[in-house]
Amino acid sequence: MKNSLKITAILTVLLAIVSCQSNERKPGYQYMPNMYESVPYDTYGEYEIFEPVTGGSEAMKPAEGSVMRGWLPYEIDDNREGYDFAKANLTNPIPYTEENFEKGKALYDIYCAICHGSKGNGQGTLVEREKILGVPAYNDAGRAITAGSVYHVMYYGINSMGSYASQMSEKELWQVDHYVMSLKAKLDGEEPAAFVEEVQVAETAAMQDMDAGEAQEGIDHQEEAHSTDH
Amino acid sequence: MIQVKRRNSFYRIITLCAAFLLTFSTSIFAQVDAAAGDAAAGEALFKANCAACHKLYKPATGPALYGVVEKYDEDYEWLAKWIRNSQELIAAGDSRAVATWEENGKKIMNSFEGLSDADISNILAYTQTEKPEPVVVDAAQDGQGGGGAGVSNNVILGILAVVFLLLVAILFLVNNTLKRFAQAQNIELHQEPKGRPIWKAFVENQFLVLVTVILLMLGGAYFAYGAMMSVDVNQGYAPIQPIHYSHRIHAGSNEIECKYCHSSARVSKHSGIPSLNICMNCHKSIAEVAPEVQAEGVEYGVDYNKEIQKLYAAVGWDEATQSYTGETSPVEWVRIHNLPDFAYFNHSQHVSVAEIECQKCHGPVEEMEIMYQHAPLTMGWCINCHRETNVKIQGNPYYEKIHAELSKKYGVEQLTAAQMGGLECGKCHY
Repeated sequence: MKNSLKITAILTVLLAIVSCQSNERKPGYQYMPNMYESVPYDTYGEYEIFEPVTGGSEAMKPAEGSVMRGWLPYEIDDNREGYDFAKANLTNPIPYTEENFEKGKALYDIYCAICHGSKGNGQGTLVEREKILGVPAYNDAGRAITAGSVYHVMYYGINSMGSYASQMSEKELWQVDHYVMSLKAKLDGEEPAAFVEEVQVAETAAMQDMDAGEAQEGIDHQEEAHSTDH
Repeated sequence: MIQVKRRNSFYRIITLCAAFLLTFSTSIFAQVDAAAGDAAAGEALFKANCAACHKLYKPATGPALYGVVEKYDEDYEWLAKWIRNSQELIAAGDSRAVATWEENGKKIMNSFEGLSDADISNILAYTQTEKPEPVVVDAAQDGQGGGGAGVSNNVILGILAVVFLLLVAILFLVNNTLKRFAQAQNIELHQEPKGRPIWKAFVENQFLVLVTVILLMLGGAYFAYGAMMSVDVNQGYAPIQPIHYSHRIHAGSNEIECKYCHSSARVSKHSGIPSLNICMNCHKSIAEVAPEVQAEGVEYGVDYNKEIQKLYAAVGWDEATQSYTGETSPVEWVRIHNLPDFAYFNHSQHVSVAEIECQKCHGPVEEMEIMYQHAPLTMGWCINCHRETNVKIQGNPYYEKIHAELSKKYGVEQLTAAQMGGLECGKCHY
């Protein structure tokens, strides 16, 4: 009887040791949670008040019809007529400066080059690895892209390409637009266009609005920063 | 003279006719014919021109193209016309063209005037390629263990434990039975003479007791310190996510930029969890992973294709009709990196202004099959980096004046983030 007791004791200890795996699936302990968890709604937090709307998550879609800061309403429709209209009429409102070009290049390399290739020839990494196929070069004659059509397609997406309006601001899309058109010119074997001097051209009203919007956004950032002060 | 002239013009007409015939003979006698086409050449053409909208066996933006030749009764002339300029055909009122157009949701196909007859023959030959048998990775073998190495190990351990317990029980029973036999037959069992129990000997030796107590206290202090220091430090935390998203495949093998998906890290305090429309930028086209990638999944106990289906279910994408159903359900990702409320951290300041690589804090994400927290995210860790990292002033006029003044004050060429005020309490705690 005593033996069996001993055996059970040893077994329990062994089991306890075996079950002591590192618990990486669960978060650790918090000391004084009321200092760790914010009083305002935390990003991606889960709260009862949001349950009827999102099932609890703080992350929500903006109200219908709301316009993001730094954006102006884009009134061309997402259909074939809209595409043709944009292709024929829409032009790039921001000047072709070196700064805009460089920023456009940096953004292009993040968002577009993965499929369209860093040269715009449709040979990005995903195409070379045959994950996504049939990406056309920018100088494809059948598509004959223009600054307007490029913006329209980035804004809404087309066929297999999705919209990039959620990843970039209006101004950033136009910067990318400049870079795309420069890639197209390069593929066509044209001379690269000369940059416009910074303050040479009076900025269009649309541009000023864009900048004003971004400044406003900056102020809001600070406010957000202060709101965490509790 | 006149006759000669006439004869001359007659000959001229004949020659002209012959020349006319010869020039157009290529279009009269050469034909688009899939049987004459070269499927291998067609594959390259298909991938370059058609694959943006068409897949062979599945609908994409356009319909699946396998068997398209049979569908249109091998009418190669019509197919060639459609491929070269479908809109012209529709505008001309060709009944079959209009029917095809309406059948496919009136989507406009790009015109491909540049394709020669041979090109189209090759492409059509390629569309007749039979669907390859799906590569069966020894999923059945690995699947029996429960799908994953971790699970199967547990199962084996459990079985071993049960067997072990059974053995113990049997020995116990056998021992009892033998004892009963011995009693029944009146055999004296040999009993060990009881000596001094070991614990009594231990208690009586004071030196040994002292040493043991000191060792126990040291060990206890060690573990207590470790446990207390790990409060709210979640280094290595790797929760199970609702969709098995592999950073190894996306950021590693496919070299997608971090900021492609986490775009708000550039401009916002938070590096947001990408919304599902960003997944669909690629997964609209990629509904299944390549067989070799699926094989890699077996190693991790994941069926990547099933994970893509989870994405489709959440975002409400109907693969058959290639459209959104509007029925969405949120994906409840588990947040890994979390700073307490009393510490302020801004991604855009580090990502856009300082241009620090994401990997500096998040570790080798491009190698992580399952995302985990790489850095401890403690204050000491933050401060260490502020002490070691120089402020990036190139191309940033915002810092020019203050950098000139402070670097003079400290007598250094390059200011570290700490010298710029990166150690002040109020920078992060306010």
